Amino acid sequence: MRRSEKDVEKSAGIITRRGLVLGGLQFAMMGALGLRLRHMQVEEAAEYRTLAEENRINVRLLAPQRGLIFDRQGRPVAQNDQNYRVVIVREDAGDVAEVLDRLAGLIPLTPEEIERTLREVGRRSAFVPVTVKDQMPWEDLARIAINAPALPGVRPEVGQTRSYPMGQDFAHVTGYVGPVSDYDLSKMEDPDPLMQIPKFQIGKSGVEARMEELLRGKAGNSQIEVNAVGRVMRELSRTEGTSGKNLQLTVDAQLQNFTQARLDGESSGVVVVDCTNGDIVAAVSSPSFDPNLFVRGISVADYKALTGNKYRPLASKTVQGTYPPGSTFKMVVALAALEAGVITPEGTEWCPGYLAAGGRRFHCWKSGGHGHVNLVGSIQQSCDVYYYEIAQKVGIDRIAAMAQRLGLGTRFDLPMSAVSEGIAPNKEWKRKSYGQEWLVGDTLNASIGQGYVLASPLQLAVMTARIASGNAVMPRLIKTVDGFEQPVSAEPLGLNPRHLRTVRDAMDAVSNSRRGTGYGSRVVDDQLLIAGKSGTSQVRNITKAERARGVTRNDQLPWERRDHALFVAYGPVPSPRYAVAVIVEHGGGGSSAAAPIARDVLLAAMTGGVPPLDAYPASQRDDIAARFDAMPMRDQFRSGSGKSRA
Amino acid sequence: MSYLEYAVKTVPSGIRKVLYLNWPLVFLLTAICSVGFMMLYSVAGGSAQPWMEPQMERFAAGMAAMFVVAMVPIWFWRNVSFVAYGVSLLLLVAVEVMGEIGMGAQRWIDLGFFQLQPSELMKIALIMVLAAYYDWLDVDKVSRPLWMLPPILLILVPTALVLKQPDLGTAILLLSGGGFIMWLAGVHWAYFLAVIASGASLVYAVMASRGTDWQLIKDYQFRRIDTFLDPTTDPLGAGYHITQATIALGSGGWTGRGFMQGTQSRLNFLPEKHTDFIFTTLAEEFGFVGASSLLGLYALVLVFCYVSAMANRDRFSSLLILGIAATFFLFFSVNMAMVMGMAPVVGVPLPLVSYGGSAMMVLLGAFGLVQSAHVHRPR
Repeated sequence: MRRSEKDVEKSAGIITRRGLVLGGLQFAMMGALGLRLRHMQVEEAAEYRTLAEENRINVRLLAPQRGLIFDRQGRPVAQNDQNYRVVIVREDAGDVAEVLDRLAGLIPLTPEEIERTLREVGRRSAFVPVTVKDQMPWEDLARIAINAPALPGVRPEVGQTRSYPMGQDFAHVTGYVGPVSDYDLSKMEDPDPLMQIPKFQIGKSGVEARMEELLRGKAGNSQIEVNAVGRVMRELSRTEGTSGKNLQLTVDAQLQNFTQARLDGESSGVVVVDCTNGDIVAAVSSPSFDPNLFVRGISVADYKALTGNKYRPLASKTVQGTYPPGSTFKMVVALAALEAGVITPEGTEWCPGYLAAGGRRFHCWKSGGHGHVNLVGSIQQSCDVYYYEIAQKVGIDRIAAMAQRLGLGTRFDLPMSAVSEGIAPNKEWKRKSYGQEWLVGDTLNASIGQGYVLASPLQLAVMTARIASGNAVMPRLIKTVDGFEQPVSAEPLGLNPRHLRTVRDAMDAVSNSRRGTGYGSRVVDDQLLIAGKSGTSQVRNITKAERARGVTRNDQLPWERRDHALFVAYGPVPSPRYAVAVIVEHGGGGSSAAAPIARDVLLAAMTGGVPPLDAYPASQRDDIAARFDAMPMRDQFRSGSGKSRA
Repeated sequence: MSYLEYAVKTVPSGIRKVLYLNWPLVFLLTAICSVGFMMLYSVAGGSAQPWMEPQMERFAAGMAAMFVVAMVPIWFWRNVSFVAYGVSLLLLVAVEVMGEIGMGAQRWIDLGFFQLQPSELMKIALIMVLAAYYDWLDVDKVSRPLWMLPPILLILVPTALVLKQPDLGTAILLLSGGGFIMWLAGVHWAYFLAVIASGASLVYAVMASRGTDWQLIKDYQFRRIDTFLDPTTDPLGAGYHITQATIALGSGGWTGRGFMQGTQSRLNFLPEKHTDFIFTTLAEEFGFVGASSLLGLYALVLVFCYVSAMANRDRFSSLLILGIAATFFLFFSVNMAMVMGMAPVVGVPLPLVSYGGSAMMVLLGAFGLVQSAHVHRPR
C-alpha cells in the first residue's frame, strides 16, 4: 500500500524538528563532558598528577653494612656473615603444603616450622615471601638451588647477620648486637629511620653499643613502584647507603685468646696496657660467654645458665668490676710520701707486726713483724706497718691526689660498657658520701689498699704503666677508625724521676730478689725480666679471736669469703713495654694465685705468642709446659710460638 | 516499509547494495573499536591476552553480523520487530526464572561462541518495536492517551524485569531509549514535562521527608542513596574506585603519560579497568588530546546517524536510526559522566571500547540495522 505523500512529509517534519531538539541536547551534553574533561586534565592536571605519584611510589630503606671490627693485627673480631634463609611465595608455589612436604625431604624441617609457615602463608597476601627457615647452612641452600624446578615458589635468600669469630674471647670488649627493642627506641631522642626495619640490629653492649653511631652507617633508600595491593612492580631509583666505619681495636686477639685460655674459667680479670702509648692490648674477663648466642636470640636455658653462674660471666671484671687493690696500692702511698718529702728512700720504720692507733691494733700480714724496713724492703716484703706509719705522715688527701694522678678514682672514657670510676677516697669524699669525718683508722686501712679504696683492673694496669713509664699514659681501645689512627696521649707525669726509680727498683726486688713476694713467679731471661707487686685484699674482717687462734687459711673458707688475689707487673724491666694487672676473685694470696698469671700474660705480650719455656726458672718448666699444653687455646694461635724478643 | 510504499527511482539490489552502505560510519565504528583494542592491550600490561584477542574475534563476528543485517531489507526487520521483542522478553524472563531456580545471579545465556545477555538484546528490540509501532500508528493519534498505553507498557515491562536483576544502568538505558522514541514520534511535550515534573517532585518529596514523621523510606535506604549520589562518603567502597578513576583521568594532562605508561591502571589502582573504567586509562595515557578525540569520534557517529535519519523519508527507518543513535549516546555519555565523577556509578560500559562480548555484538548488529535502513531508504 502506497503511503500518502502528505503523511510522509508530516512525519518527516516532526522527526526532523524533534530530532534536532534531541540532537541539540545530546551535543550540549557532549560539550559538557568535553569541558569537564578539559577542566580535569588541563586545569587540575598537576594536582591529580601528584596524587597519582603518591599512589604508586613507596620508599624502602636499605640497611647499610655494619662496620667491621678488627683486632690490632687486622684479624676480624666482629663481622657480617651471610645468613642463608629460604622463603616461599604462595602464588608461585600453588599447593604450599605439597611443596613444603617436598622441601622437608631435602632439608631438615620440623613439623612446627611447617605448621608455622602454613599459618603465615595463609595470613599474608599471595605474593608476600614467607620465611620457612632461617640461619641455614650453605649445603642445605645448595640442595634447594639444585632442586629448584621441583620446588615452585621456593626461593633461597641471603641476608646479613653479625658474627663474632673470636667467640667468648672478645665478649666483654666488643659486646654484641641484638634487635632494637621498644626500650631502646624510648631512649633515643631522634631515632634513625633504620630503626623502623623489623628486627634491625643495634649494639647492645661493649664497643658495639658505645660506637653504635659510627658502626651503623647511613641508610640508603630505594624508591619502588607498588600497585594498589602493595605488590612491588619495579625499582625506580636506588641510593645506596654508606657502610658503617670499620674499627680496629688496640687489643691483640692472640694475647686475648692466650689470656682467656690461661684463666680457664677462673673468676678473674686481666688488663694489659702498652706503657708507651696506653693501648689496651688485652682485656680479659673470665669466665666469658659466647656473644653469638645473643645475636640470634639467646635461649632461656642459656641465659639462666649465665645469670645463675656464681662467677658472673656477664659482668665485665676488667673495667666494671672494682676491688680493694690491697698491697698493690702501696706504690701510690710510697710515691705520695716521697713527693711530699716526708720520707726518704733510705729512711726506715720499725715493724713489730702491728700498729696501735685509735684504740685498736692494725696488724701487719706477718704477725712477727719485719723489724726495720726501708721503702724498697717495704714493697719487696709488703710490710703493712711501714705504710701505716708513712700514711699518717703524708695524710690521706695527698695519697688520694697521687692515686688520681696515677689513674685511680678516675673514669676513663673507653667505649666499653659500664666503665667504673673506682674510689680514691679523701676527707671530703667521706664527708660527702657518709656525712662522717675521716678517721685515722681510715687512713691506715687505705694505706694498704683496703677500706674505702676501690680500683678496677684497668685502673691498676694504667697505674702500673704510669709508674713504669713516668708518663700519664691514657688507655686507648680504638686504634683506627676507617684506617685513621686515633690520638694517643702520654704526657710526662711530672714526678721526680728519682722517686719513680726507687719505686721501680722496689718492684724489681719483689720479683727478682730472693725475699720478694713475687720471686716464685720470676722470669730468668734477662731480656724479659718483669717487676711487679702482689696484693691480697680481704673481703672479711678478721676477729681478734680468730687472730688469736691463727688466721683461717683461705682454702678452708667458702669461696665467697676468700681473699681477692691481685698482682700488677710490668716488663721488660730495662725498658718497660707492657703493664699488666691481674685480679683473681677470691683467689687467695696475690703472689700465689695472681702472680703466675701476670707473668705468663706479660711474657706472652712481650714475645707475641706462647711464652718460651726458657724464660721460666728451670725447676718450673715441666709444670709450665704441661699447663700450656692443657690450655684451651684456639688452634690458630697455639702454633704461633712466641719470638724470643718483644 | 517496502519499496511499494514509496515512489522510488533507484533500487540497489544484490551485491551492489554494498556500494550503498554508509561507509564513513563503518570506518568510524572500526576506528572506535581499534581504540578499544589498543586500550585492552595496554591494560593487560602490553599483552594481547586476555582481552584484546577475544575482543578482536568478536569485532570480526560483529562486523560480519552488521553486513548480513545490512543486506536484509529494512522492512523485514520492521515485520519481525514484535517477534524480536517477544523473544527478548521471553529470554529476559527465562534468565530471571533460571536465577530463581538456583543458577545464581546469572544474567546471560551461553551460546557457546559468546554469552548473550537478553538485556542487551532488549535495548535494540525495544527500539525496533517502538519504531514499528509508531510507523504503524497514524501521526494524529500519537498523543492520544489510549494509544500511548501500548508503548508505555512495552517500555515498562522489560525495564521492571531488568531492574529486578538488578541492573540499574540497563534500566535507565531502556527507559530513556524508549522515551526518546516517543519524543521523536511526536508525543506531546506536555507529557514529558509532566513525567519529569512528577518524577522530580517525587524525589524531592522522598528527600524532604528525611528525618520527619512521615519519612517515606527507611534510614538505611537513605544512606544507600547518599553513597550512590556521593561516593566519597564511602571512601573505601564505591568512593575508592571513583577517586582512583578521577586521579587517573586528571593525571593524564594535555597529552597523557604515554602508551602503556599509565601508572594508575597498570598498577591496578583502577577498578574494572578493562570494562567500565577503560576510559580513564585512555585519558591517563593519551591525555586530553586522546580522550577528546574519542569523544569526537562518538560525536561523528551521531552526526552520520542524524544525517542518515533526516535524509530518510521512511518513518520506521528514521525512528530506528535515531533511537539506536540515542542509545549509543546514552551508553557513552553515562559511562563518561560516571568515570568523571559527574554521575553515580551505575555500571554502563563504554560502547565498542570496553571489553565485553554481547554489548559489542549487539551494538554492531544494531548498526547493521542503521545500515540496512540507509541502504534500503526510498530514493
